[in-house]
Amino acid sequence: MTTTAIEAHGLTKRYGKTQALAGIDLEVSEGRVLGVLGPNGAGKTTAVRILATLLRPDSGTATVSGFDIVHQAKDVRRTIGLTGQYASVDEDLTGVQNLVMIGRLLDLSRKNAIARATELLAEFDLTDAGRRLTKTYSGGMRRRLDLAASLIGRPSVVFLDEPTTGLDPAKRDDVWDMVRALVRQGTTVLLTTQYLEEADALANEITVIDHGRVIAHDTPQGLKRQVGGQTLEVRANDIADLPEIRRLLERVGTRAPEQPSPDQLAVPVLDETALTSVVSELAGRGIRVSELSLRLPSLDEVFYSLTGATKTDEEVAA
Amino acid sequence: MKDSLILARRTITKMFRNPEQFIDVSVQPIIMTVLFVYIFGGAVAGNSADYLPFVLPGIIVQTIMFTSLTIGVNLNTDIQKGVFDRFRSLPIARSAPLFGAVFGDIVRHAIATAVTLIFGVIIGYRFGTDWLHVAAAVLLIILFAVSLCWVSVLIGMVARSAGAVQGLSFLIVFPLTFGSSTFVPASTLPEWLQGWVAINPVTHVIEAMRGLLSGAEYMSPGMTVGGEVLWVLASCVVLVGVFFPLATWAYRRKV
Repeated sequence: MTTTAIEAHGLTKRYGKTQALAGIDLEVSEGRVLGVLGPNGAGKTTAVRILATLLRPDSGTATVSGFDIVHQAKDVRRTIGLTGQYASVDEDLTGVQNLVMIGRLLDLSRKNAIARATELLAEFDLTDAGRRLTKTYSGGMRRRLDLAASLIGRPSVVFLDEPTTGLDPAKRDDVWDMVRALVRQGTTVLLTTQYLEEADALANEITVIDHGRVIAHDTPQGLKRQVGGQTLEVRANDIADLPEIRRLLERVGTRAPEQPSPDQLAVPVLDETALTSVVSELAGRGIRVSELSLRLPSLDEVFYSLTGATKTDEEVAA
Repeated sequence: MKDSLILARRTITKMFRNPEQFIDVSVQPIIMTVLFVYIFGGAVAGNSADYLPFVLPGIIVQTIMFTSLTIGVNLNTDIQKGVFDRFRSLPIARSAPLFGAVFGDIVRHAIATAVTLIFGVIIGYRFGTDWLHVAAAVLLIILFAVSLCWVSVLIGMVARSAGAVQGLSFLIVFPLTFGSSTFVPASTLPEWLQGWVAINPVTHVIEAMRGLLSGAEYMSPGMTVGGEVLWVLASCVVLVGVFFPLATWAYRRKV
């Protein structure tokens, strides 16, 4: 039996004239990862801040680990860890001091707080930097320290608000590995992101929000199917080969190929097998290409196809 | 309460780690003392030695005024930087970070007072009273600082940036400290300014400190130690009565 770790119904929040959340429903089962995907200003951070008890919703209800976020806020805080979009570590303290202070605030004894801090610094590859002031840390180190800080109390639910925004690809992979390690320990994770790739890599389910509303909720597979899965791109060596490449792509693609540039063709495909069949067909016909790639749709394309789909539905209804 | 003390420790650690904040409570009072005693002392009191017992209590008050107003800057910075978000996601009282900052500042005030007094003694200051009066002076000035800090907390909560907090605070501190008998006897001031000096609570703090540290003969004519201490206690009550509710209201709204 699965129990629900996070459950939200009809959350709304208004800042002056801006309706940040216009009624959001979210649900995450224990030990699962929910990716909340959306562009800047979609309401992701507001939703996280409400669930982490930093903000009160204007209306709607939510529970985290079974505790009401408004009436049992203190119980909620005991079970959660929060890593914000901006690393919220104290710049004038060292890494160790930051973690020990939070450990002490979580009622650990001084000895245990130091032990836990040492353990987490090692886990996050910060042992050498532990005695330095955090204002000397790089962006990636700060982010790791912030993540470590949110794990001191061994929370059962962790909120990660855009944990990789602004990190280079190698650091991003480090954060992904840490999230996967958390999940292996049974932690429930709610993560917000602007990248479908990130949600796809980490989440069991994805909720897409825009303008404070949920516009899609599905598994990564389902969502990719909905938005046309991956895109196969081929750049021809010789433009004369393009018509033949186009015929080939028409067979594997789910839509007619598009021509993003004069020597390039792109087509949405359902899965990776399309790539291998295209490779062997190209080789069989002796067509040389300078570039062949398979990529996930960007957030723009996700939104284009999701909002495009909604429009079609409306047209059908009309 | 325990959480407030842990957070007070943070304020103190930061003070030692952050040169600017440590300078506020260590180097600054020394510079002010040197500046006023040796540069202006001769002009104001005839010679530096006679000026010292007059001005040293004033410098303590001025230093404490400035340090008690940094709390707003610090709280504002914490909120901007997201450090408060971290605290608020922890199972601690919402007020713990605020009281932690206030408790931490008490240590800053104690250091500032001690530094000024010790430096004063080194350059020739002698207490004109007994240890009991000196202890009372230290307690009185810290009490006043803790009462005054709520003004800064309020500014820190409503101002947009730490820089704005600093600017607004200076706007308040300057007329309060310089428009008083901190550096010169009130009788030498123009009449309109004397009116302000008489009602300025800082004047009474300074007079009380002079009476408790240097002796009643350094106070303005017609003032008594007991009377001035009562004045200070009354202004503490008024400051806390007005600004504590406003500051905590603004804090709760923001945090």
